[in-house]
Amino acid sequence: MDNIRESLLKQSAATRKDRFGRYISLAALLLIVVVVLSIFWFVASKGLATFFANKVNLWDFLTGTKWAPGQKDANGHPFVGAAPMIVGSFLVTLISALIATPFAIGTAVFMTEISPKRGAKILGPVTELLVGIPSVVYGFIGLSVIVPVMRHLFGGSGFGILAGAMVLFVMILPTVTSMTVDTLKSVPRHYRESSLALGATRWQMIYKVILRAATPGILTAVVFGMARAFGEALAVQMVVGNAALMPQNLTSPAATLTSVLTQGIGNTVMGSLENNALWSLALILLLMSLVFNSVIRAIAKKGAM
Amino acid sequence: MAEKILTTENVRLYYGEKEALHGINLDYDKFGITALIGPSGSGKSTYLRALNRMHDLTDNVTVNGTFLFKGQDIYAPSTDTVELRKDIGMVFQQPNPFPFSIYDNVAFGMRISGEKNKAVLDEMVETSLKQAAIWNEVKDDLHKSALSLSGGQQQRVSIARALATSPEILLLDEPTAALDPVSAHAVENTLMQLRDKLTMIIVTHSMAQASRISDRTAFFMNGDLIEANDTKKMFLDPDKKETQDYISGRFG
Ligand SMILES: Nc1ncnc2c1ncn2[C@@H]1O[C@H](COP(=O)(O)OP(=O)(O)O)[C@@H](O)[C@H]1O
Ligand SMILES: [Mg+2]
Repeated sequence: MDNIRESLLKQSAATRKDRFGRYISLAALLLIVVVVLSIFWFVASKGLATFFANKVNLWDFLTGTKWAPGQKDANGHPFVGAAPMIVGSFLVTLISALIATPFAIGTAVFMTEISPKRGAKILGPVTELLVGIPSVVYGFIGLSVIVPVMRHLFGGSGFGILAGAMVLFVMILPTVTSMTVDTLKSVPRHYRESSLALGATRWQMIYKVILRAATPGILTAVVFGMARAFGEALAVQMVVGNAALMPQNLTSPAATLTSVLTQGIGNTVMGSLENNALWSLALILLLMSLVFNSVIRAIAKKGAM
Repeated sequence: MAEKILTTENVRLYYGEKEALHGINLDYDKFGITALIGPSGSGKSTYLRALNRMHDLTDNVTVNGTFLFKGQDIYAPSTDTVELRKDIGMVFQQPNPFPFSIYDNVAFGMRISGEKNKAVLDEMVETSLKQAAIWNEVKDDLHKSALSLSGGQQQRVSIARALATSPEILLLDEPTAALDPVSAHAVENTLMQLRDKLTMIIVTHSMAQASRISDRTAFFMNGDLIEANDTKKMFLDPDKKETQDYISGRFG
């Protein structure tokens, strides 16, 4: 009797191990949460210092078109207009996504619907390879191929938004394509069968049923690509021209949030306005990545119905 | 002799090297329901999918034999499979509406053949949903996603979708196997209401269902057609011993 009582009251070894494992996972989780929160806190506190410590007007920051944090205007306000970089970042992102989407869909349709065997054999490994290439290599190719082509076609230096967008297009294409391929593959086979059984041609089946059923997934792929394009620094910096000016056209030198950040962050003194202003740019990047994330979530939720 | 809408003669079908159908001869009168019964793996689906050339989609399948739909050779190189499949519609085992609205599902077949007139589409959608005996349940929310319906409703929408291309023959592969008894009953009623306007060929492994709804029954086993007869005769007094054994549940 006492034996049973004791064994019921005492924890077994398995229970203790189970609890130990639970604590370890919980600790790991907590660590990640702490790290993420500290990153947010760090970027936010530094980025917001521009507005609280240095008294820069938020509206001036977002809409001002002159970026020269070291200099002051007649009223003693520093020139911290981030609009050129914000516009630059959005333009390279949108243009690259705009070009990449039809290419990605076309390639993915070919790989899944038209020639699955060849697609799996050739395009699959190629895509994986392209994803793995470091961005500096893309930047270098952009520098030695795309910029000269732009110069030849549109005159000027060849550096600019368009060159940046082209490099980003090549960089995000593999990701967007492989995600689109996964989406198309996950469209149930019975959609294909039943559309053909209703007298659809193969082409009608692809664009009226498969692409339509896959739209949420394709959108997710594109937003993923946009998030990557928005955050890419090195390759863009190498071809965009790095002039923090409001872009007059797509082939004049310009800048993006990331290109200004990578160039400037090592050359400013911690705590100075010049440094804080760069952190404000980083804060915008962080907030945008949150936006991209929530868009992806919203699409997923809507797609699941 | 009644007019034959479909005749199949000496149908042999190979998956790669393996012969799955060993020479099937079967004809169909215009209108009415023919049930294909038999143990699973006996070749019923294989045979059914040969009738609207669904095997074209799969590599490595060879179809031999003569298939005549209203005298026209189904497998002739000149036959347009797109047109053929509008004339010979198909409903699958799993209810499989597209992830669109009910309306868009039913209008699909007409839209892909180029019908844009809203009034024509509206009318045909209504007619088809009525024929499939689901109009009353969905008429107020035609623009709701078809996937939000119950399984039985989804299957009747799938039937309506197939009816909307005005087929002359409807092939159904175990259309109630994935449904609960109440939904299955609703689908059966739908089919019975259509028997005067449509030729239906239904694969079922429920002998009760075959005896309830079909006019003729064909019994398949191991890729052979054992016997095809009037349903009454088949179930009361079959010609073949295998049929007798199967029907009385001695194997399969
Ligand atoms: N795609 C396929 N490839 C190879 N063999 C198949 C394929 N589909 C069916 N079979 C074979 O053909 C035979 C008949 O199958 P099926 O027509 O599905 O039978 P039923 O519908 O009567 O249950 C079975 O032996 C099955 O294994
Ligand atoms: Mg079957």
